[in-house]
Amino acid sequence: MAAQIASGQTSSVELTQAHLDRIESVDTDVHAFLFVDSQGALAQAAAVDAKRAAGEKLSPLAGVPLALKDVMTQKGIPTTAGSKILEGWRPPYDSTVVVNLKKNDIVILGKTNMDEFAMGSSTENSAYGPTHNPWDLTRIPGGSGGGSSAALAAFEAPLAIGTDTGGSIRQPAAVTGTVGVKPTYGGVSRFGLIAFSSSLDQAGPCARTVLDAALLHEAIAGHDPKDSTSINAPVPQVVNAAKSGDVKGMKIGVVKELNGEGYQSGVRTRFDESLELLAAAGAEIIEVSAPNFEYALAAYYLIAPSECSSNLARFDAMRYGLRVGDVDGASAESVMNLTREVGFGREVKRRIILGTYALSSGYYDAYYGSAQKVRTLITQDFNKAFEKCDVMVSPTCPTTAFKIGEKSNDPIAMYLNDIATIPVNMAGIGGMSLPAGLAPEDGLPVGFQIMAPAMQDQRMYLVGAALEAALLTKWGAPLLSLAPVLAGK
Amino acid sequence: MALTYDDVIAKYEPVLGLEVHVELNTKSKMFCGCSTIFGGEPNTQTCPVCLALPGALPTVNEKAIESTIKIGLALNCSIAPFSRFARKNYFYPDMPKNFQISQYDEPICVNGYVDVEIDTDEGPKVFRIEVERVHMEEDTGKSLHVGGATGRIHGAEYSLLDYNRAGIPLVEIVTKIVPGTGKYAPEVAKAYVAELRDILRSLGVSDVKMEQGSLRCDANVSLRLIGAQTLGTRSETKNVNSLRSVERAIRGEMIRHAELLNKGERVVQETRHFQEDSGLTRSGRSKEQAEDYRYFPEPDLIPVAPDATWIETLRAGLPERPSIHRKRLQEAWAVPDKEMAAMINADVLNIVEATVNLGADPTKARSWWLGEISRIANDKDVAIADLTITPGDVAEIVALVNTGELTDKLARQVIEGVIAGQGKPAAVIAARGIKVVNDDGALMAAIEKVCAEQPETAEKIRNGHLPAAGALIGAVMKETKGQADAARVRTLLLTHLGQGE
Amino acid sequence: MSSLSRDDVANLARLARIEMSEAELVSLSSEFTVILDAVARVQEVAGADVEPTSHPLPLRNVFRPDVVVASLTSGEALSGAPAQEESRFRVPQILGEE
Repeated sequence: MAAQIASGQTSSVELTQAHLDRIESVDTDVHAFLFVDSQGALAQAAAVDAKRAAGEKLSPLAGVPLALKDVMTQKGIPTTAGSKILEGWRPPYDSTVVVNLKKNDIVILGKTNMDEFAMGSSTENSAYGPTHNPWDLTRIPGGSGGGSSAALAAFEAPLAIGTDTGGSIRQPAAVTGTVGVKPTYGGVSRFGLIAFSSSLDQAGPCARTVLDAALLHEAIAGHDPKDSTSINAPVPQVVNAAKSGDVKGMKIGVVKELNGEGYQSGVRTRFDESLELLAAAGAEIIEVSAPNFEYALAAYYLIAPSECSSNLARFDAMRYGLRVGDVDGASAESVMNLTREVGFGREVKRRIILGTYALSSGYYDAYYGSAQKVRTLITQDFNKAFEKCDVMVSPTCPTTAFKIGEKSNDPIAMYLNDIATIPVNMAGIGGMSLPAGLAPEDGLPVGFQIMAPAMQDQRMYLVGAALEAALLTKWGAPLLSLAPVLAGK
Repeated sequence: MALTYDDVIAKYEPVLGLEVHVELNTKSKMFCGCSTIFGGEPNTQTCPVCLALPGALPTVNEKAIESTIKIGLALNCSIAPFSRFARKNYFYPDMPKNFQISQYDEPICVNGYVDVEIDTDEGPKVFRIEVERVHMEEDTGKSLHVGGATGRIHGAEYSLLDYNRAGIPLVEIVTKIVPGTGKYAPEVAKAYVAELRDILRSLGVSDVKMEQGSLRCDANVSLRLIGAQTLGTRSETKNVNSLRSVERAIRGEMIRHAELLNKGERVVQETRHFQEDSGLTRSGRSKEQAEDYRYFPEPDLIPVAPDATWIETLRAGLPERPSIHRKRLQEAWAVPDKEMAAMINADVLNIVEATVNLGADPTKARSWWLGEISRIANDKDVAIADLTITPGDVAEIVALVNTGELTDKLARQVIEGVIAGQGKPAAVIAARGIKVVNDDGALMAAIEKVCAEQPETAEKIRNGHLPAAGALIGAVMKETKGQADAARVRTLLLTHLGQGE
Repeated sequence: MSSLSRDDVANLARLARIEMSEAELVSLSSEFTVILDAVARVQEVAGADVEPTSHPLPLRNVFRPDVVVASLTSGEALSGAPAQEESRFRVPQILGEE
């Protein structure tokens, strides 16, 4: 698309308008977007067209439209994090990701739906209603970034930004047949990313192809002095890696503990087939073991709630957001308590209470403290395994998209969606999910996860591009063109 | 019947703990680049970080780290090779994140000490106050409580919040418990805070003005029977805004505790507020149910590991210790101990030093500040430092007296005028037409006039009765509106009456 | 088996400043029995010899120079305020002691 604009075949305004039209036509069904900024997007697009006409040298993605997960602040544009407590809030500042998008002249179409405060694996926890999977509107699009991935799958946007704390970019990518990448922790600035779990959160690129994701990755990544946890090193050469796709001689480690035992059979089938394709492309498939991975889920559901119980304390009705109960005789305390009760959804409250408990005096060592130790063990497992292989792989998640409402009353069943993605966040390394095909039993997309050592994100793109190319040959056409609902662009 | 202090110390011994918060004088806040300038319009020095907007992240002020290390070194602390920030979680509207970024079990400086010297019945004695830790944290915003009678929180209808001060860098200095001060506890506490203040001032890291809140002291006191081993229950007193208040607060709390204990009642572990006017404390927040702060390492900030080179460079650049500095001044000025103590007690040592540095003779500088100026300050019931007169002014006046352009008496008038806000010494002199009458001719004219008016007294002097000269000199002074140099008048008068040398 | 009673949950809700309904307190209490069992697994491997990880990256000493940066205007700062008066955030009466 960028090439089309660059060559003058189409203008950014035309491209943007086409996508706005598409959103208007399908989003009532898909509900990927919480806010569509038609005016702003067209203005941005026009500005880019003008720059190009003036002969300015522009970045590779200039003029291409994008959907932004509603957890990133964008100045003057409603930002809700999928919660009622921020309904109508317009930030007075841009997140660094948005600053970088604007610097690259990427056109922001609007804000996408998500599980409230990024807590969830289905986007059913959004205070504004769920998003529907374009492959089957009765099914979830994954979460927490279901809106971004659904927008891609429904061709409402060619690019999207997601955030990933335990799998929230990768799992939606898997169940919608799109590409999603969580960069190494610190690779993309968290300034302006509404915090859920500070030591795990990371923003990343979502797209329909590995190369598009790579281009977006390079546009948003980089050191940010405003984020003390951001990496002060050059952005890895992910575009070159995505263009190369040469995996000859690479060692690919299949994680024994995540090899699909107990997963849906179609997920396993597609995973095994992907391994064969990579072997055919010249990679060596070996088995690696990560014995502490079985504790990752438990540790995650202590660390993330603990950090979020503290991060969400600022939503207190004093300076911004919802305020409820401010009547005669009310106190600041009662207004705070009532607002948080009404403004936060069930899952958020559950995690805040769990986190408050895990940090409390007398329980810290047993819960939060122990979870932090498990983190060390998981990192050690990865380090040991990466001595034997260049990347590690697994199915992205145990099942294809389940029906809306199917797991929403069973928190533990819901948490299990993240079992393969969570270890990556715990160690702070990079993870990618790309489409591996459809499960034969239900015709729904399956995702293949690639994990690379910290600061070696380019390896994911190398392997991802190789697999993508091999699968394209096998399918004859991109996977998304096989989707029943989607008209394609 | 109320107990006296002597009653208290006859039966009990105090144990102290002092927590001092210092506002650093960095240009920007602790965790963001907002300005720290005092007195700005409300909410004009805020940003997403110090307002705790969703998505904002803190970044550590390098100068604040440097200042804290300097403080730790000056207090003889070890600088931790590895330290971390932690979140202290509690809800309060003036604290936007509803957690404070502070330090918990990994503070940046530990295990130091401060030696203070106080006057005891057995002569000067040195007490060593051990410093447990020095750590960094951030200040809160300011609230105005509207609708209540006194502008205080009780009975207020609503509050208005200004976050300009939210995020100002604070350093907290915590002592280990201080036993063994006996009846000198109040003095020791005061001396400790004073010494701390002098050290911090010499480092240039803070304004250290207690009345303005850039140096805050919380005093913890408990009592136990003399000779007992276990500690009594302590109370914490806040709102102690001056050195004098530190002393009064400790003394007052010791008496209050003793009164309770004597009655067989329990001391409640709580926070109390010091009342300036009464010298007593008022009950505040109960600390019995200690709030669980759920401390955990701050995930948005990276651990601090100052390298040895940096620490040694800072150590090498430390200024002279105040106690050494004082000894040096005392020797240089040849001041007896009692006078030195008087200057320190009246808190005028640096003012006097500044005056001497501008050229004034140390004895003269001292006598003006401790004498006339001190008297005026007392009359006005203000601190000497708050008077309009500066070391520069006094140095100038001393110089003028040296050259004979002012007499001591006239100098007093000039001082009075400067303090009253009539301008600098030169301006006051000009405005009031203060001028030493040096002209012998004019003096002789006055002398002759006075002798003519008091012939009997003049005759007495001619006959050798010198003490009578006083009355005539006084009359001449009156005649010259006090602007004559009395010594000169005496010389001329005596010569005129045949009694000159 | 670890569990949280309804009163335990109520205490936590108080600490977290959330006014929960009775029904919520009771249902959370029963959910936590299952959840706590699941997460308590971390204790199985969290030996005394294992260092906890607080930061995934081995960074040290990330500082910002002491330079003033432009602040928001008071208008921008107050733009989201539920209530304001004279350029200050207006909040209902605060009961707790400072």
